[in-house]
Amino acid sequence: MLPTLLSQVANGLVLGSLIGLIALGYTMVYGIIQLINFAHGEIFMVGAYGGLAALTYLLPAAIANQWYLALPIALVAGAVIAALVAVAAERFAYRPLRDAPRLAPLITALGVSVALQEAVRVFYPDATAALPFPSIFIEGTLEIPVPGGTVPIKYAGILLALVSLALAAGLQVFVDRSRTGRAMRATAQDRDIARLMGIDPDRVIVLTFLIGGALAGVGGVLYGGYLNNINIDMGFQNGIFAFTAAVLGGIGSIRGAVVGGLAIGLVKSLGGQYLPGGTAYDYVWIFVVLIVVLVFRPQGFFGETERVRA
Amino acid sequence: MSRKRAVVATAAVLAGALVLTACGTNRSETGGTAGGSCDTSKGTLVIGMIAPLSGGLSALGLGMRNSAELAVDQANQKCTVPGYRLAFQAEDDQATAQIAGQAATKLSSDPNVVGVVGTLNSSTSQSVQPILAGKKIVQVSPANTNPTLTLGEAPTTDPKRPFPGYFRVATTDLVQGPFAAQYMVQKAGKKNIAVIDDGKTYGAGLAEQFAKEATRLGATIVAREKVGEKDTDFSGVIAKIRPLNPDAVYYGGEYPVAGPLSAQLAGAGLAIPLMGGDGIVDADFVSLGGRPGDLATNVGAPAESLPSATAFIADYEAAGFAEEFSAYGVLTYDVTNVIINALAKVADGGAFDDAKRQELIDAVQQTSLDGANGKVAFDQYGDTTNMLLTIYSVEGSDFAPVETGTFRSS
Repeated sequence: MLPTLLSQVANGLVLGSLIGLIALGYTMVYGIIQLINFAHGEIFMVGAYGGLAALTYLLPAAIANQWYLALPIALVAGAVIAALVAVAAERFAYRPLRDAPRLAPLITALGVSVALQEAVRVFYPDATAALPFPSIFIEGTLEIPVPGGTVPIKYAGILLALVSLALAAGLQVFVDRSRTGRAMRATAQDRDIARLMGIDPDRVIVLTFLIGGALAGVGGVLYGGYLNNINIDMGFQNGIFAFTAAVLGGIGSIRGAVVGGLAIGLVKSLGGQYLPGGTAYDYVWIFVVLIVVLVFRPQGFFGETERVRA
Repeated sequence: MSRKRAVVATAAVLAGALVLTACGTNRSETGGTAGGSCDTSKGTLVIGMIAPLSGGLSALGLGMRNSAELAVDQANQKCTVPGYRLAFQAEDDQATAQIAGQAATKLSSDPNVVGVVGTLNSSTSQSVQPILAGKKIVQVSPANTNPTLTLGEAPTTDPKRPFPGYFRVATTDLVQGPFAAQYMVQKAGKKNIAVIDDGKTYGAGLAEQFAKEATRLGATIVAREKVGEKDTDFSGVIAKIRPLNPDAVYYGGEYPVAGPLSAQLAGAGLAIPLMGGDGIVDADFVSLGGRPGDLATNVGAPAESLPSATAFIADYEAAGFAEEFSAYGVLTYDVTNVIINALAKVADGGAFDDAKRQELIDAVQQTSLDGANGKVAFDQYGDTTNMLLTIYSVEGSDFAPVETGTFRSS
């Protein structure tokens, strides 16, 4: 019993920290320009394909087989490509609509999401089907002994969880402490006043997309290395989870995104184990929790009640 | 950037999105060359195909497309259908029931479409059947295995054929599931089996039939779990079955899930074989994580071992297709020929018109063809009378046949 419980907790934490990492992108963009960037899941997917492209086409096999060389290169490639795509989406799809009614950029985001998915399917070689993703970390499984058995966690899963949480913590410090972070918070509070204080809101918004995209790209590569295969649908499903996590944690809050992500990961794995219906119904419990939380706390765990703007 | 240019740029992005979506959902390809010296005075008749040409199952679907195209091309060269040139039109269903329905509507709105080859998935056939039946277009599937497609809502207790124009050459789950169970319990000696499926028509049906027969043969089904067909992380399910100490996993579904599932089983310390049905028999299963020793059943005998299939294999290679003919190539080639031969019989007596559609269905019903996969004939439900199945096991980077047998209920 205990090993099973702990295994499911471990599974939930690995998945949850990844969802939290993706959710950071949703929550930051929403905080700054009140846009739910539905294409963000696809940015995550593009990052995974970017990392795979670097491993497949850029690196000689001798380097690609050494994880300590391949891992940083794949992560950087995934982050750079995802960040570029995110910034391009902002520049060409969202910025022209910044003063349009809110629904216009929202629908545009859905369009960008479809465009990115189809672009990868059409232009990435063999992306019409799932592609194998090489191992980019120590292969194998860590068996943690506990009373009554062992808890298996893949090393790549441990890496995924630790890197995700470290990046989220780093982002929180960056936003709280740095000058640029202060500019981001100022822009989030009131773009016009921030402009009067000498902040260039366009620069801040581009930076927000850049950081969110890079984090998602890192997540995509780590996810590929964890599961050893990627497909063009991976962004949609994890994007929905991440969006839910951002709402659950309080959209606009970095801490909330991570807590929301971990909550979803744990609800999925523990709900699939212990609640009626088993793993076939694990998605149901995620959204049951979301609804219950929103009924009693509409702003989410750490969110602020939305200010009405003039 | 001026406001106007910005609007233009946005419109361009959106238009690009629309165009790309359109490419994804409505890809149709037309093949079939004109027979050089044949009499084609009566015009062109179209044989359609509905199969996944993109998406996770495209490896199987593209093999089906190429094999059917080969059969149509050969018929044109040999002037098989008197007075007509045959055209081939393949529609992508992306393994999705709703898109398959759109493809069926598109094909059935063309009065020149006489028959449809496909689909691959049982779930897509469920939405295709009624649409084609409405226009009396004959449909022959090389791959559907769900019993209800030919036997109605109560296949075992009260079989009733729902669509007289629907035929298939794949043996049903009622045969394939038990065949797999007999091998796993009696030959491989597995006693504690975890059964997982993807909840789709094909996977759930196959897993159900497997579990029933395995239980009857004395094995214990230690777990009965479901995963989503788009899931990629199966750690939850695996952690759940691990403490139950299964000695094998049976998976009802297709290789995009089965491959990663097999890899993740091993990753969680469960180095036990995974067995599946015809939906996992593809080299992609191994590249996505399938391990040596994993097992599968497939309908028919391995093409390489069949003397009747040597001509097909040689012709397929000579045609220079970019993709392998894959698990259903041989059967697809056979069913395309079933339609062509029936058409030849019907068209012999005059021009093909709507009144001849029933005659075509009757001609398919009476098929007796020595195909590449062996004898092709149909029983009163439209099911194949050929009960040959093969057990495969992963060796190296692909499946290799272990043994071929005829199913007997024991």
